[in-house]
Amino acid sequence: MIAIVDYGVGNLFSLSSSVQSLGAEVCVTGCAQDLRTASHILLPGVGAFADAMAKLEGTGLIPVLKEEAARKPLLGICLGMQLLFEKSYEYGEHTGLGLIPGSVCPLADDLRDPALKVPHIGWNALQIVPDRQADPLFRYVRSGEYVYYVHSYYAKDCAASTLAVSDYSIPVTGAVRSGLVYGTQFHPEKSGDTGLRLLKAFVEL
Amino acid sequence: MITKRIIPCLDVKDGRVVKGVNFAGLQDMADPVEMARYYNASGADELVFYDITASVEGRGLFTEILRRVASQIFIPLTVGGGIRTLEDFERVLKCGADKVSVNSGAIADPGIIPAAARKYGDQCVVLSADIKRVDGRFMLFAKGGRENTGIDALDWLEQGVKNGAGELVVNSIDTDGVKQGFDLELLDAVAARCPVPIIASGGAGRKEDFLELFRNHPGVDAGLAASIFHTKQVEIDPLKRYLRQNGIEMRL
Repeated sequence: MIAIVDYGVGNLFSLSSSVQSLGAEVCVTGCAQDLRTASHILLPGVGAFADAMAKLEGTGLIPVLKEEAARKPLLGICLGMQLLFEKSYEYGEHTGLGLIPGSVCPLADDLRDPALKVPHIGWNALQIVPDRQADPLFRYVRSGEYVYYVHSYYAKDCAASTLAVSDYSIPVTGAVRSGLVYGTQFHPEKSGDTGLRLLKAFVEL
Repeated sequence: MITKRIIPCLDVKDGRVVKGVNFAGLQDMADPVEMARYYNASGADELVFYDITASVEGRGLFTEILRRVASQIFIPLTVGGGIRTLEDFERVLKCGADKVSVNSGAIADPGIIPAAARKYGDQCVVLSADIKRVDGRFMLFAKGGRENTGIDALDWLEQGVKNGAGELVVNSIDTDGVKQGFDLELLDAVAARCPVPIIASGGAGRKEDFLELFRNHPGVDAGLAASIFHTKQVEIDPLKRYLRQNGIEMRL
């Protein structure tokens, strides 16, 4: 059973539909016991970092998430990926879950081409880091396939855990991994067939 | 780098797609779910659904259709038509919409834009505007393009972006239905003042119109059309291949 963490942030309809379409059993839950019995955990999220972190804290699930992240595959998506890092500089400085080293910073401060728009919205090619091509997350996806992004902040100082990037005048962190903890800045549940294949590889981990 | 986007728009009335529907090879030529599947398979980058029903029954049918589409099609979905309150946002977001487009609702109550942006994020709020030249000025029109609001359209869009609209759909009444190309002058004027993604709508008739749009007007991010796609006068996969061959980045 795949647990999708429900902590009152964002719309979980598409994510649960996409995982269901793969034939996997899905449980949208805010309950610690479900996270313990699940085979895999998905941590979604949209909106602002501090607000999402506060809501996640409010559920009391953080200790369970940290424990389970050492035992079973966990995938953070979009803001859910950003929460995995040590801290974020979105409107101040906020502490994250600290499951992956690195921090989350404003894209606008670092873009080399100032004409580019923020948020980074749309389809961008996923470039898998050369020595990460064999990662099981990419079992059904090739470098160069397009995925759908919507975000204004990005993870940096995380080279050791970066699996893939997308070019937006700088290499924007697209997918990360540390142990069993995975994250994607893009939305696999909105990335068409490519996204479904990535989710399929994740639920097969 | 990020691709330009091609977006078919489906106008839905009483559970059926209307306006220029002439599909071959589909079981039900005006079934929105069937059409969404077709567009997904042919490489559409995003889908826009407009609810043009007036009745309560029609609205219920629309949200049911949206739910069916969103449970099967995993690309971004934008929904518009009859969006006036935060409850309307909630209703369509719960059924699987990713973005919500406001037009008349924002003219009646401009406060809907900042309220929705605070609650759901800027990326969720699409401001759509019907614009026509009057005495050399771009004016904002209401009621499906029938009524001049007296509001300067460029001021309106700029203010909408400041209030939290994360994306703009620019519908040119002057070029709509004429199929002689997008309203490039209008689109450039909007791009010069609004630093968010811009979706061009109204006037596309041939694949060359999209090439001109993307090649010479870099401020425009996406092209939207309805009947030319529904009638297959322009088909999406060949259109995207043509654009890529001509140097425009496309998702294929």
